[in-house]
Amino acid sequence: MQNPPGRDRTHVVDTNEGGAIESRAGSDLSDNGHDTTHLPGPSLWPIGFAIGIGCLLLGLVISLLVAAVGAIVAVVFGILWAREVTREVRGEVPEIEPETRSVADEPAAAPAPTAEEKPLPAYTRSKFLEASTIGLGAAIGAVVTVPVLGFAVLPPFTGVEEREVDLGPIENFPVGTYVIASYLSNPSQGEVSRRTAFVRNNGFTESGEPSFTILYSRCVHLGCPVQPNGPIDEQARKELEGGIELRPVLAQSFGCPCHGGLYDAEGNRQAGPPVRSMDRYSFSIKDGRLVLGELYAVGNVSGTGANAVITRYPWSVPGTHVDGPEAWLYPIVPSQVTG
Amino acid sequence: MATSKRASVVETAVLAPLDWIDERTGAVRGTKWFLFRNVPRDISWAQTLGSATLTAFIVQAVTGVILAMYYQPSTAIDPNTGKPVAYSSIEFITNDVTLGWLVRGMHRWGASVFVILLFLHMGRVFLFGSYRYPRELTWITGVLLLVTGMLMGFTGYLLPWDQTAYWATVVGINLNGTAPFLGPWLAEFLAGGPEIVSEALPKWYALHMLLIPGALIGLIVVHIYLVTRLGVTSPPWSSEMAGRERAASEPAAARTGLVRKSGGAS
Ligand code: HEM
Ligand code: FES
Repeated sequence: MQNPPGRDRTHVVDTNEGGAIESRAGSDLSDNGHDTTHLPGPSLWPIGFAIGIGCLLLGLVISLLVAAVGAIVAVVFGILWAREVTREVRGEVPEIEPETRSVADEPAAAPAPTAEEKPLPAYTRSKFLEASTIGLGAAIGAVVTVPVLGFAVLPPFTGVEEREVDLGPIENFPVGTYVIASYLSNPSQGEVSRRTAFVRNNGFTESGEPSFTILYSRCVHLGCPVQPNGPIDEQARKELEGGIELRPVLAQSFGCPCHGGLYDAEGNRQAGPPVRSMDRYSFSIKDGRLVLGELYAVGNVSGTGANAVITRYPWSVPGTHVDGPEAWLYPIVPSQVTG
Repeated sequence: MATSKRASVVETAVLAPLDWIDERTGAVRGTKWFLFRNVPRDISWAQTLGSATLTAFIVQAVTGVILAMYYQPSTAIDPNTGKPVAYSSIEFITNDVTLGWLVRGMHRWGASVFVILLFLHMGRVFLFGSYRYPRELTWITGVLLLVTGMLMGFTGYLLPWDQTAYWATVVGINLNGTAPFLGPWLAEFLAGGPEIVSEALPKWYALHMLLIPGALIGLIVVHIYLVTRLGVTSPPWSSEMAGRERAASEPAAARTGLVRKSGGAS
């Protein structure tokens, strides 16, 4: 098939090999004769004009003096610009210096190039442009990406401070029974932040310190809400201000509805998939009131109540081991960094 | 071939504009390249599973866009219903918006259909041995599609913000948390803190409707491009040769000129 005239011409532009620009279409490629674009010569006046306009607008806000100066600058440069643009029309021939570029390797007063002459290094300029495109692109990319990535990733780990929660006078907690305490860990977040603790008053330790066992209700298998196995005394239910609710329960074990995890009264795993003992809260007594502190993870508890010996670890998400060789899989957990 | 005058008029009216477009974009040639392919004579319904998956994805995309016009990813309590805004907006879509129940149903059931089709398609490719040379990258983009497809399901499940959604997501996040080394960090990133915070819902919504589908669409384009470029394999029982001979040509030929030699004329 014959190519229709003016179609399917092959242009091989910049073959990378010799830097040659070949075109089989030859000179009939360019629309010679018609539609030649008419470019005005290079000029600095528009920049001055733009600065003048900028000053004028700025001056309208700041001071009329600046505006006046801006207006004058704009008018002067505007006239100069207009004169230059219309020079050709008015018959003056513009003198435009041809753009020149000195090439380092070129001998200063070179005679007309001969065949033996050492060829100029290829691609010096294009190499420079290539490197600066990549370099500038990378710099701009980094400036944009780094803060955006930080915003995407950091907020969950910053400002994680554990609020102390006041559960009221310790008389609310009868010795030897668990009380289900539910509260908002962050009232501004609303019900999403509701947490539940199982609080047991153990009386006093041998040294006379008040002792509490305070278990966190989230299952250490995968985080479901663990339930106390026993009847809840709804009659004795107490509501304190700030959305805190206390309900005594007769329970000697805790069960998880999700995958059958079972814990004893000290929070040790009895059955099912959990990988450690139930998380606990540290606590303090302030003016005779029980105040919940930070959560920590528990490897194992031996002994009971006030005599319990607890292996304590920084809190980590459910499902992660805190002791034994499996714990090597989690060398640094977020709570160690964010406190 | 002799054509009636009428036919040639129609041809000019319809085909001339196509020529005009093709001359400027290559779109007509591209469409022919994409659609008018040779396939082995003994392919069967099994080879349609990929297109079925694509169709399921398109249904999800369209119904999802419409659901997004009514769904609100907020955990604040709606003063009119006393329930979280997200849950109330789902109830509104299901009970009040005309045909909302249908579109939501399509999106919810379609999600399962999509994942099932993903597995059926993958099973077909596996059983036919279609992952072999030169289609390894088709398989690899397919694996990435499988992962992103499942992520769509994982992130979408939280959005109704009911008890099932919430606790399933708690378990899902903590499952991710058990991954070695970075698991606990991933879990806290997904939850927005040590436990799920209210900002987690809009975050998951953005992942579900913007980030993951964007990745999915990009992967689908690459996947289908590869399928078009490489053609479909014949089934293992075919008398025709399955797959391709390894290309005899020097593999480095294509990269000539990619890395420019420095200094001096070449
Ligand atoms: C959004 C998900 C996916 C879409 C839309 C999709 C689409 C397609 C389509 C339309 C084909 C053409 C042949 C056919 O239908 O069997 C195809 C082929 C193929 N797909 Fe997928 N696919 C997806 C996921 C996957 C997955 C999960 C895998 C495997 C891990 C996979 C691996 C392949 C391979 C290796 C081929 C080439 C088969 C051949 O040439 O015979 N794809 N895909
Ligand atoms: S989450 Fe409690 S047993 Fe799995």
